[in-house]
Amino acid sequence: MSEKVLMKGNEALAEAAVIAGCRHYFAYPITPQNEIPAYMSRRMPEVGGTFLQAESELAAISMVLGAAAGGVRAMTSSSSPGISLKQEGISYIAGSELPCVLVNIMRGGPGLGAIAGAQGDYFQATRGGGNGDYRTIVLAPGSAQELADFTIEAFDLADEYRMPVMILADGYIGQMSEPVVLPKPSGKSFEKPWALTGAKGRKKNIICSMKLIPDTALEEHNLRLQEKYDLITEKVHRVDTYMTDDADWLVVAYGTSARIARKAVDRLRGEGIKAGLFRPLTLWPFPEKELFEVGSKVQKILTVEMSLGQMVEDVKLTMNGEVEVDFHGRAGGAVPALDDIIERINGYERENHTHVQAS
Amino acid sequence: MSVKTIPMYKRPESLSDVRTHYCAGCGHGIIHKLIAEVLDELELREKTIVIAPVGCSVLIYNYLEVDGLEAAHGRAPAVATGIKRARPEMLVISYQGDGDLLAIGTGETVHAANRGEDISVIFVNNAIYGMTGGQLAPTTLVGQKTLTSPAGRNSADVGFPIRACEMLDTLEAPAYIERTSVHNPGAIRKTKKAIFKALKYQKEGRGYSFVEILSMCPTNWGVQPPEAADWVKSDMVPWYPLKKFRDRPADEDADKEKAS
Amino acid sequence: MTEELIIAGFGGQGVLLTGKLLCVAAMRQGKQVSHIPSYGAEMRGGTANCSVVISDEEIASPVIEKPSIVIALNGPSVAKFEPRVRPGGLLIWNSSLVKNPPTRKDLVLVSLDATDLSLSEGTERAANMAAIGALLKLKPGIVSVDAVEAALDEVISARNRKHNPVNLRILHAGFEKTHKVDAA
Ligand SMILES: Cc1ncc(C[n+]2csc(CCOP(=O)(O)OP(=O)(O)O)c2C)c(N)n1
Repeated sequence: MSEKVLMKGNEALAEAAVIAGCRHYFAYPITPQNEIPAYMSRRMPEVGGTFLQAESELAAISMVLGAAAGGVRAMTSSSSPGISLKQEGISYIAGSELPCVLVNIMRGGPGLGAIAGAQGDYFQATRGGGNGDYRTIVLAPGSAQELADFTIEAFDLADEYRMPVMILADGYIGQMSEPVVLPKPSGKSFEKPWALTGAKGRKKNIICSMKLIPDTALEEHNLRLQEKYDLITEKVHRVDTYMTDDADWLVVAYGTSARIARKAVDRLRGEGIKAGLFRPLTLWPFPEKELFEVGSKVQKILTVEMSLGQMVEDVKLTMNGEVEVDFHGRAGGAVPALDDIIERINGYERENHTHVQAS
Repeated sequence: MSVKTIPMYKRPESLSDVRTHYCAGCGHGIIHKLIAEVLDELELREKTIVIAPVGCSVLIYNYLEVDGLEAAHGRAPAVATGIKRARPEMLVISYQGDGDLLAIGTGETVHAANRGEDISVIFVNNAIYGMTGGQLAPTTLVGQKTLTSPAGRNSADVGFPIRACEMLDTLEAPAYIERTSVHNPGAIRKTKKAIFKALKYQKEGRGYSFVEILSMCPTNWGVQPPEAADWVKSDMVPWYPLKKFRDRPADEDADKEKAS
Repeated sequence: MTEELIIAGFGGQGVLLTGKLLCVAAMRQGKQVSHIPSYGAEMRGGTANCSVVISDEEIASPVIEKPSIVIALNGPSVAKFEPRVRPGGLLIWNSSLVKNPPTRKDLVLVSLDATDLSLSEGTERAANMAAIGALLKLKPGIVSVDAVEAALDEVISARNRKHNPVNLRILHAGFEKTHKVDAA
């Protein structure tokens, strides 16, 4: 068994990328993810890799595009305002069907906002973010260990489906130090006959997102991408459930919000109130089947976020009116308060009692 | 006695056997062919990756028989950086227009040059945005009329045309910087020599090379092709002098020769 | 056992390091730990702090609203965190620097002249070590003195390890000077 080490989430992620075989990392500094480029600037030369501090996020993501086209595992990381700039390249990478890993250690917005952790980029991450009809797989780790583990998986998913995979975590998750057992490489390998390695002994390879000829080329391309997205929607969901089997009240949350929600569940259970936690680990695809299964058995759902209501839309879409969906959110770097979550659910209990008595 | 036919002129192997989409009198086709000839001569076709910019030459990968990659508008030098770092054994060409290289992509241009990336940038300066129908470019001459400068470029309002070579010549890292033109056969021959040098230097791993090529856009300038070629000489060259700004590898080679 | 600690002080007082030391020591003793530094805006005004959770069980939330223990190495930290300590909690404060002592009656308030103890060893930068000593005396269940000693070698970079003997002496001074107290 490998030894536990106390690591900052950001550093655990960086080392996991190295373990996953990433040897090309390009980024532009921004808080609260600065530990990642700092770590990579030390680590990449040790493993014969490339660390390059780009002149901007626009450049960084284009460098990732270039490296990925060369057939190597490439990664970039940033935080909210930087990820906005990277949307340009992300859209091109999705259109060109190139694999890469993107990390967004989220901070508060809009605009420059502030550097404390937040979850306001859920829409941007799960709806495409850049121009055009595309998706990125979005993984939502909730601990330093998961930051490391999900990074290994992110590279495999990216190579398997030839698309960008985003790791979406709030600043607290990236900044937090926790014991981590560094993951092992997955051992999977992927053929990349499409990579640009020189037109020697084969026809030339062209990687592009522009599809002009014939007139139907782009729609055909869109439909093919959609087929891939449908396949992923079917195959790639990850969830974590806690005390949901007999739950009356279900909290849905991810990242730091889920950590707090879990504590609320423990407290409520201590008071004899049957609360449970549903934590999506993939945000796109959203684990609809799993949530519906758990959610349709409870009396009410409370979505908790560090935003003023983004994931809650997916929860409502999933439940489709079957069960009432409530929302509690904090924004601008504030985290949901334990007591507020507990109070909300206590309120449901009281309401319930009155109903039962009245009927 | 048998007679052998020796072809005096043929399509370079590196040039695809297809029709281009370029307008009559456009310089892009000439420049593509020059690149193809040089790739043949240096035997680099199988080791080359061309980065297509956003602009009229966005389809360059359809015209060269080499691996091709597309970049977002202005980002070609960053994409070139990424793939060169991933595949240092490959020859990487970033082919760009003036809007791409000097407006939306100024940052990428300056920083790839400043890092001395081992890539070759071929910069086609036609003093206008071709693909979008003839708007003001950062290289549009003072007084030149475009769709978005109907009264002619007013320097008091939008500044003066930027000279890319002179600007990059202030940086320490670039190895080779030259400005040429394709307005007549003599100029075209010189341009080919410059492209040859740039790609040869990259093949030898000698650092960043930049060739700016003054080129014609008769369609968007609203003139006939011959007039367009004349205008390059009469109006563009005085502002953009044809000149070798830097040739460090040649200087080094000369020094070595002297020493031995 | 679950303890939620906030350690606070000026930048340069080794606040983040204190948290890390406790975490590594507790982790090596088989406990669950988490550590979140304050960063950015929170750090302005010269105070730095970190939130540390040490527990026998899996840690649900690393975010601390109402700490069970606060170590306040300077005045602003007392002002900021005294109101947040949960009733019955422990507040260790640095009497060398704090001009307005804490006043809450529902807490265990323990003063320690941590900076003076550090200065008596010729440095003003190791007040945090004295405070750790006090903490270990008052809350032996969190982590052992031996484990902290071992963690020092693990956490301190090779370049600074030569100061460890001094650090340890200050830690022990804090430990000796602190007396066990009953709950508030
Ligand atoms: C982000 C973005 N903005 C604008 C455009 C539209 N656009 C396409 S080509 C072009 C200008 C190209 O001009 P230039 O680089 O001079 O090349 P030329 O077409 O003249 O060869 C513009 C503005 C785009 N494709 N992407």
